[in-house]
Amino acid sequence: MQFRKSWIMTLALTSVLALSACGSNNGGNNAPANAGGNNAAATNAPTETSSGSDLSGSILASGSTALQPLVEQVAEKFMDKNAGVDIQVQGGGSGTGLTQVAEKQVDIGNSDVFAEEKLKGDDAEKAAALVDHQVAVVAIAAVAHKDAGVDGLTKQQLVDIFSGKVTNWKEVGGADQKIQIINRPGSSGTRATFENFALGTKTEDLQGSIQEDSSGTVKKMIGETPGAIGYLALSYLDDSVKTLSYDGVEPSVDNVISGKYPVWAYQHMYTNGEPNETVKAFLDYIMTEEVQTADVVELGYIPALNMQVARDVEGNVTKK
Amino acid sequence: MKSKKSRLEKHHIEDLVGRSYMAFCVLLLIVIIISMVYFVASKGLSTFITGGVSVGEFFFGTKWAPEADTPSFGAFPFISGSFLVTLLAALIASPLSICAALFMTEIVPGWGKKLLQPVIELLAGIPSVVYGFIGLSVIVPFLRDTFPGQGIGVAAGALVLSVMILPTITSVAADALAALPQNLKESSFALGATRWQTISRVILPTTMPSIMTGVVLGMARAFGEALAVQMVIGNAPFVPKSLFESASTLTSVITLSMGNTTMGSSYNNALWSMALVLMLMTFAFVGLVRLLERRNKI
Repeated sequence: MQFRKSWIMTLALTSVLALSACGSNNGGNNAPANAGGNNAAATNAPTETSSGSDLSGSILASGSTALQPLVEQVAEKFMDKNAGVDIQVQGGGSGTGLTQVAEKQVDIGNSDVFAEEKLKGDDAEKAAALVDHQVAVVAIAAVAHKDAGVDGLTKQQLVDIFSGKVTNWKEVGGADQKIQIINRPGSSGTRATFENFALGTKTEDLQGSIQEDSSGTVKKMIGETPGAIGYLALSYLDDSVKTLSYDGVEPSVDNVISGKYPVWAYQHMYTNGEPNETVKAFLDYIMTEEVQTADVVELGYIPALNMQVARDVEGNVTKK
Repeated sequence: MKSKKSRLEKHHIEDLVGRSYMAFCVLLLIVIIISMVYFVASKGLSTFITGGVSVGEFFFGTKWAPEADTPSFGAFPFISGSFLVTLLAALIASPLSICAALFMTEIVPGWGKKLLQPVIELLAGIPSVVYGFIGLSVIVPFLRDTFPGQGIGVAAGALVLSVMILPTITSVAADALAALPQNLKESSFALGATRWQTISRVILPTTMPSIMTGVVLGMARAFGEALAVQMVIGNAPFVPKSLFESASTLTSVITLSMGNTTMGSSYNNALWSMALVLMLMTFAFVGLVRLLERRNKI
């Protein structure tokens, strides 16, 4: 008994010593490479083949959950056509996608905002290395609870509401009902788009405002909460909420394409430097008429190909 | 002589295999734990070391605006929100759980246990997103119609959490009650005490430390729960003025923003700092459970 006990003690001691050394090493290695698993996938990415037509290799994309359904669906189609290609699409959010593509952990980083808006300060040079591919457009409309009694709001009215100056619907010509703001979190791409192009200013979170991180929940909350106001992508709009016009312009696909309705943003697929052959073929495929008029429209996005106006990082809109 | 030796060798081999397998498992566990703690700590501390945010501002500042032109990282609304929902949930769930445990072990140990045990185990198995959705569809509209405000807030979060931690507290409390020596109860009855007197004067006081262990474990679960709370609490980064006003917890702000911020940005680091706070709180809860267990033994 005595013998066994001392044995166990020695074993425990040695293992703890061995581990503490081993443990700190491991931690150190892990920290910079955070999602180590992705590295392997990225490095064994596309191997060039001699003939240009039959592609092979694997593509890893991650990022924006708003763009994920489109990329997944197009990836399926692309893989059917090119048996040698394997495409994996992950979510994680725009920030994750941009970080991972900047660190070359993935081949494509999906984002709802320009990389320059997320990678700022020390990370600005990372953004410069990324190449933008704008594959679709998402437009966002202000929506309210049905009983608010308002059909549309002007830009100034929206600013007043979201900055807390106006707190009752009767002040903007609606029912005598307290306004309840249903917002998106400060880091959300949808919120950035709405603030940039509908309000023209950043807003601070107000005491008592509600924040939800999924469009489905936002829609449910606006539909159920009396006096609620929020904003949703056009593909989420239906009869359960009241869609508001913006400065008298109806948020419709046609108005976005012609440039009349300003609250929209590109869906970006970033590559680190110019893409290799397989990735380029995939990105080109998304921009084909076949995908743009079918899958993109079907999933509720607006085809980037159809847009009659273009917008740059600073928000300047030009006729195409 | 020979046969004895070979038997010994077999023993030795078995022993060695078993021991090295165990050592490997333990080694792996410790490595995983140490590297996780190191990772969260190194990320979380960078807010204070390289980010230039003072510890005081982080813990007691009430202004959370990481994306503003002059960013401020006051996490007090989240820290206070977490403690508020956790304490409220424990206050709501503890009496219910203790009663359920007493019912199962003391009042009707036969069919009561057979009926209640599976029901409570079922509660533990329901995914948290289901709790959140039920909270959003049932509790929030109910609170909105009954109390002033929009129904969303600390009260809704605490109610959802209290149901979620019910099974934890109940099962620990039931185990503690079942482990109570029979003779304590019998002597109480022999002295002429009624059942209620026995429960309130003998059973509960003696098992209280173990029951508190269950409560603390339940609070640890409530403190770390993210999804269900995030769906019903509203997520405004403010200390709420009432229980029916939108508020936030540490977990809800982390799940809400982590994916949308880039690694290494000060916003992202501040979220890691909150993860560090969460982790330290978990250690505190575990320490508390240890303390209670030690008290229980005496």
